[in-house]
Amino acid sequence: MNHFLLAAALTLSAPAAMACETVAIGDLTVEHAWSKATIGAGRPGVFYVEITNTGSTDDALVGIATPAAGMPMLHETVVQDGIASMPHAMSIPVPAGQSVQLSPGGYHGMLMGLTTALKEGDSFPVTLTFEKAGEVTVNVDVLSLRAEGPDCADAGQ
Amino acid sequence: MLGVGAYRTRNRPALSEVLPLPIGEMSWALTDHRDQSVRPTDWAGHPVMVFFGFTWCPDVCPTTLGDISLWLEDLGADANRLIVALISVDPERDTPAVLADYVSNFDPRIIGLTGPAEEVAQAAADFRVTYRRVDKDGGHYTMDHTAGVFLFHPDGRFASIIDFHEDRRFAVPKIRRTLS
Repeated sequence: MNHFLLAAALTLSAPAAMACETVAIGDLTVEHAWSKATIGAGRPGVFYVEITNTGSTDDALVGIATPAAGMPMLHETVVQDGIASMPHAMSIPVPAGQSVQLSPGGYHGMLMGLTTALKEGDSFPVTLTFEKAGEVTVNVDVLSLRAEGPDCADAGQ
Repeated sequence: MLGVGAYRTRNRPALSEVLPLPIGEMSWALTDHRDQSVRPTDWAGHPVMVFFGFTWCPDVCPTTLGDISLWLEDLGADANRLIVALISVDPERDTPAVLADYVSNFDPRIIGLTGPAEEVAQAAADFRVTYRRVDKDGGHYTMDHTAGVFLFHPDGRFASIIDFHEDRRFAVPKIRRTLS
């Protein structure tokens, strides 16, 4: 079976169809954008994504925006001496020739002030702002609170 | 003799400040997500797995609970006697009803525990766990907390800690060693 047909079949059957989209801006590709269901709207949601810089210039993710939340922020989970804390990340480096993952237990977007609870199966747009490449919008799939990541044919997790 | 005494008082408390107490020597009283009161003596004879967290946190806690759910799946019915508890370090927001909603997303053997601030503090002291409130912009707050998962033998003795992000290949055998 050729790869295109296989990918098409998986896209149709996978619940995480949007998360498997790849969006490009300049030398950056952005893919595997996903989030987790929340309990109500009073708790923050989370945003995970994978960014690859195929160029020769370092870039950095400096902000995120979404209609789904009034105060989205970049955070990093840090475990030091066994204590987990979640400092604000001013920017997340995307070095030339490297991939950066916002993924469980590391860098993540924290979506404060949700306009509505995130339910499994929903999707919403997030606009990422890069220091050099500018802005790009991706669709984010809401997976279950238990999910470890989207089920894409090419997912690197 | 004086020298030996001084040696002991310097060293023994240092050890006990690091390792969790045996379950039977703990003195907290908490409430589970079904509104039932739970005390350490209720766990006598059971292997125990405990971690501290809070449901408001979007990253560490669901990740840990997801990991624990996978470990429990791996262990299957062997883990049915294992007590698995999330103790909230954020009782102000984590009522039993909120915990019930939260743990319903994970393996049904996981229970949520909360209670008055002083009882949560007692539990943290008994487990040698630290936590602190961190105020953020906009009137929000988050909690820093010990992220490891604590394991105890059925007789209540502390067994080991599974560190955050520890590989399943190591975690599951560690749990298995507490089950017999």
